Amino acid sequence: MSKGRFGVHGGQYVPEILMNALIELEQAYEKHKNDPDFTAELEDLLKNYAGRPSMLYYAEKMTKDLGGARIYLKREDLNHTGSHKINNVLGQALLAKRMGKTRLIAETGAGQHGVATATAAALMEMECEIYMGKDDIERQALNVYRMELLGAKVHAVTTGTQTLKDAVNEAMREWTRRISDTHYVLGSAVGPHPFPVMVRDFQKIIGKEVKRQLAEMEGRLPDVVMACVGGGSNAIGIFHDFIDEPEVRLIGCEAAGHGTDTDKTAASMTIGSVGIFHGMKSYFCQDEYGQIAPVYSISAGLDYPGVGPEHSGLRDAGRAEYVPVTDDEAVEAFEYLSRIEGIIPAIESSHAVAHAMKIAPEMGSDKILVICLSGRGDKDVASIARYRGVQIYEQA
Amino acid sequence: MNRLDRVFSRGKAFIPFITAGDPSAAVTEQLIYRMYEAGADLIEIGIPFSDPVAEGPVIQAADERALAAGVTVDDVFSMMQRVRKSCDVPVALMTYVNPVAVYGTERFMKNCSMSGIDAVIVPDVPFEERDELLPYCKKHGITLISMVAPTSGERIRMIAAEAEGFVYCVSSFGVTGVRDSIGDEAREMIRAIKAVKDIPCAVGFGISTPEQAAELSCFGDGIIVGSAVVKIVEQYGEECVEHVAEYVRRMKEAVSS
Repeated sequence: MSKGRFGVHGGQYVPEILMNALIELEQAYEKHKNDPDFTAELEDLLKNYAGRPSMLYYAEKMTKDLGGARIYLKREDLNHTGSHKINNVLGQALLAKRMGKTRLIAETGAGQHGVATATAAALMEMECEIYMGKDDIERQALNVYRMELLGAKVHAVTTGTQTLKDAVNEAMREWTRRISDTHYVLGSAVGPHPFPVMVRDFQKIIGKEVKRQLAEMEGRLPDVVMACVGGGSNAIGIFHDFIDEPEVRLIGCEAAGHGTDTDKTAASMTIGSVGIFHGMKSYFCQDEYGQIAPVYSISAGLDYPGVGPEHSGLRDAGRAEYVPVTDDEAVEAFEYLSRIEGIIPAIESSHAVAHAMKIAPEMGSDKILVICLSGRGDKDVASIARYRGVQIYEQA
Repeated sequence: MNRLDRVFSRGKAFIPFITAGDPSAAVTEQLIYRMYEAGADLIEIGIPFSDPVAEGPVIQAADERALAAGVTVDDVFSMMQRVRKSCDVPVALMTYVNPVAVYGTERFMKNCSMSGIDAVIVPDVPFEERDELLPYCKKHGITLISMVAPTSGERIRMIAAEAEGFVYCVSSFGVTGVRDSIGDEAREMIRAIKAVKDIPCAVGFGISTPEQAAELSCFGDGIIVGSAVVKIVEQYGEECVEHVAEYVRRMKEAVSS
């Protein structure tokens, strides 16, 4: 079995032309990850630039309203750039710089990863080009302008379904065309080895902080830890430190779109099967001939036909559960959290909030449930308004 | 002599690529007969895929046309069984790994064997992942073609040492597509391969004109042309067969000169 495996999942299924680039990346990562200079520089950036540690907030009103488990929100939405994506991007950009790369490229779905990458590129004086599906560019116009403001060039991807999957395809093609000065900042815990491991390592700070913060606040481990899952980087980040704590239930919430019994869904764990795509073996939404299915979710960040290989491994091992959450449920949760706690969550994170609303009332009041609030919802306000039939525009 | 050994036995080989089912399975079948008559030494047939990450825009569009026409890998096997009744042109299937894995690798290779397919080229399975396919290829007598790229460097030694049939040399950086000029890294790659193993080397990616083909065939054993052929198919659609045959004739002449 080749490198980077989680059970049967993972691996390095890429064209030969990229293999030395992946090997070089893996060697650089192995060299720098334990280098005190590198870790000190990253820690400094995470603290003084990104604003870590992010708060663990006890959602008292939500807890009382739902009448069950004590609910904590891990506030990744309060990070600089508004989501957990900055954790991974700062790590990869710093690594790319040490590798002598001068140019960053990235795919983006909702635009959060693109914004984070453009931010790191501005900070570290690197060139930056972002690949984004044309469909998503229309859904997330604010983030497109934000990336351009930060000095990045945004390419509209017009192939295939014009969403996240196609943005990954184009970013991979671009990396193939120009390897020598370019690092591909993959935004989720997906793709060929070493990306799933590296992205998880840069994101596992989320779970480490939760463990420490909850020990201080409650003096114990949580009963349930949950997060939304597209590729699954915020989820693997918050899960990772709890994998070896068998009493902690881990729940990933994937995008069911209009429902897992329709063809407008992105629930790769629920309806998918094992395949090999984007450099990894994992679960994918696909047909009987292995053609990748056009997927759908209201959330551009979860609108992806696959899932990271470590999640597939955790699922096969029975260590984590994965549940589908529909657009309707996510939108209700988006509105619910806004009103009850005064926190507008990203529509991605709202999928996890929605599932918490289902299970918290069934849990005892002595139980603790932690939700990863992976991003803030400002970017989604216009599209949620549209979903509710309200047109928003600002006059000059 | 098996069909694959024959490819490089009549001078420098010319290897055209077409996407199965573009614009229809019937045209693909006619293209196979006429390209062979026009001098093609091996025909590379692409299984259309929803997300051909190693292809440029020309072949991506061909895959979309073929999928829109509803062509499946089963249709390709049926077509090849018809072809084999009258035509013994050497054939390699080019496919991404997912259509193979999801179909069932064992079943895929068995059907390849029963349909008279000689080799498979799977661009997203590098040397390190070859066990995904190789045991099944061996069992059913299908040759798994190895690829070498300008970035391969020291990797060429291990890849060449285990290569069978021929080595597919990716001649230029990037995905497939027509380019104005081709880097001379192909010369260096082929020298490195031949130093390890006496195996035919075919050069592909970015070749379109007879002049380029003639130049590269000086030091390679064959030339693979994809996008330039597919462009003719795109331009003439159902009427493409004679235009493609004429192009193949000119290219075979160029590589033989």
